[in-house]
Amino acid sequence: MIFRTAGQFKTSYEADQALFPIKQDFYLVLGVLLLAYVVFPLTASEFAFKALLVPVLIYSLAALGLNILTGYCGQLSLGTAAFMGVGAYATYKFMSIFPEMNIFVAIFLSGFFSAAVGVAFGLPSLRIKGFYLAIATLAAQFFLVWLFEKWAWLYNYNASGAIEVSTSSVFGITVTGPTALPIVQYYCVLIVVTLVTWFAINLTRGRYGRMWKATRDMDIAAELVGIKLITAKLTAFAVSSYIVGIAGGLLVFFWKGAAEPNLFDIPLSFQILFIAIIGGLGSILGNYLGAILIVALPVVLNLLPNALGIPIDSATLEHLNVMIVGALIIAFLILEPHGLARFYAIIREKLILWPFPY
Amino acid sequence: MLYDVLIDPFVQMFALPDFFLQVLWEGFVSGVLYALIALGFVLIYKSSRIFNFAQGIMVVFSALTLVGLHSMGVPAIAAVPLTLLVMYLLAMSIERVVLRPLVNQPDIILFMATIGITLFLIGFGQLVFGGDNKVMITEQLGIPTGAFELEPFGGFVLIEQKDLTAVTLAILLVVGLLVFLNKTKMGRAIRALGDDHQAALSVGISLSTIWVLVWFIAGVIALVTGVVWGARAGVSFALEVIAYKALPVLMLGGLESVSGAIVGGIAIGILEKIFEIYWGQPFLGGNTETWFPFIFALLVLLFRPQGLFGERIIERI
Repeated sequence: MIFRTAGQFKTSYEADQALFPIKQDFYLVLGVLLLAYVVFPLTASEFAFKALLVPVLIYSLAALGLNILTGYCGQLSLGTAAFMGVGAYATYKFMSIFPEMNIFVAIFLSGFFSAAVGVAFGLPSLRIKGFYLAIATLAAQFFLVWLFEKWAWLYNYNASGAIEVSTSSVFGITVTGPTALPIVQYYCVLIVVTLVTWFAINLTRGRYGRMWKATRDMDIAAELVGIKLITAKLTAFAVSSYIVGIAGGLLVFFWKGAAEPNLFDIPLSFQILFIAIIGGLGSILGNYLGAILIVALPVVLNLLPNALGIPIDSATLEHLNVMIVGALIIAFLILEPHGLARFYAIIREKLILWPFPY
Repeated sequence: MLYDVLIDPFVQMFALPDFFLQVLWEGFVSGVLYALIALGFVLIYKSSRIFNFAQGIMVVFSALTLVGLHSMGVPAIAAVPLTLLVMYLLAMSIERVVLRPLVNQPDIILFMATIGITLFLIGFGQLVFGGDNKVMITEQLGIPTGAFELEPFGGFVLIEQKDLTAVTLAILLVVGLLVFLNKTKMGRAIRALGDDHQAALSVGISLSTIWVLVWFIAGVIALVTGVVWGARAGVSFALEVIAYKALPVLMLGGLESVSGAIVGGIAIGILEKIFEIYWGQPFLGGNTETWFPFIFALLVLLFRPQGLFGERIIERI
């Protein structure tokens, strides 16, 4: 009923292939954007910005990057966090070498560094496949984190070995550093995420997206119909690492404020992989749904005992949290292995046909 | 500079042969332990095509159960069979709750599910046994703790008895496993399942029985690994990271080869030690053991994409 398509006629192929084949999709996206740009900033508290909204956006951006590689091009990667680290450290170096630089320019430029590193570690994918490749990407994970720790130039020879974000401003507004307002940082992240998402949607619907999907479905067959695997796989690695690198820069500069090398260790990689898989591989929307779930779950689980008035000490609560997250991941995989995006697709399909069964 | 990197380390190896032998022995012992963990991976991958990420936490969990039972007053002799019982229950519940509903899903989903199991077991283990470091009950299990001192080339090499026990236990386990896989009916059924699920099902091999069995065997391997590794380094959740050490071993040896896991494990153990001592610490600031095995295995894989002993990958349209 809500999704009634009656009266929406398509008279050209272009209309049939449009981004929003039915009007209601467009209104839905508009509504979500309105919510994100107007309603949340007006209503959210500082805690909500720091613990929910900004992390959700950054994690979903990283998951989007991973999804392009794993969901669209079929190359399983376990080294996402390390590429985020490359982005973060590159941004940090940019900002410390050119303190006057616009932070957004720095972040978008440092994406190219992580893209280059991604391509370098993606080269083995031309020869290695499946789980062998997944383990091979772990080489990037461990090597890069080790490098962040040992290469003192990267963190400006700090005694602590950590990178700290200095205060910087854009158009006279402080956007990073300890004095920046959460709402400003939220808007910065939101704008970057919107731009990259728009870019990613169009990319995956176009020529490159089709090349990647063909490679994912069967790479030998794709090669036989004339797709250059080397281009397909390496562009996927490049674009994916670029987006992941941007997410890494945002993570440190607009959320954490400081980072040690072990922030980019393997648990972060797995967290992002979880988001991508629970959200749904091969879908853009899924990243957001997955990130909302994975970020909100621990927060809700932390608040729940208090709200219900059950006294639990914090250590036990933390252990319970890990346990419940693990169990829920298994439960979600069993219920819908294709992820939350598939849930949405099913609901949408049903709504279009409603009240008829088919 | 070039001389320092390319020639000097080898000169040192020959100049101090006793130290070199010590390094080799240390590398060999950790290599045997890597091989054990890799063996757990291989068994499960062979029989169900599941890349079992939970093997590392199973090591921790079994060791914790053993120590925890002992601290509750159960004598060591009884604690071992009880731990085995716990591992069997674990294998059964994993099969029933996680694997059975996920039969026929893509590999990556099953892989994710094993990470879910990992998280669950971390939380559960910490809840039941607490997150603090524990000491393995080495003496109560009758593992000798002294050390032999050998003096080859007029030098001095120290061989700890518990390392020797570890190697002996590992060899016994591997031999037992090979006999079981090759000579018994159940072992043949496991290998048949590894070759072709449908064909194995159609001749009457029960998928769920074999899966429980395989996960139980992986649990036994985990227990042995946990005991010998815990005797070296204590029992804590940090042990879980040694699971990552088994991954390059798998890459090097091949995901479905038992002998590959053993050869790969020992090779990686020795090479990473040698690289760390002679190149890593002098030139790279140390701690190269985290990544060297991966890079090394990656280089080997560029020439043999299925690992040294893995099944040849044949692709058809």
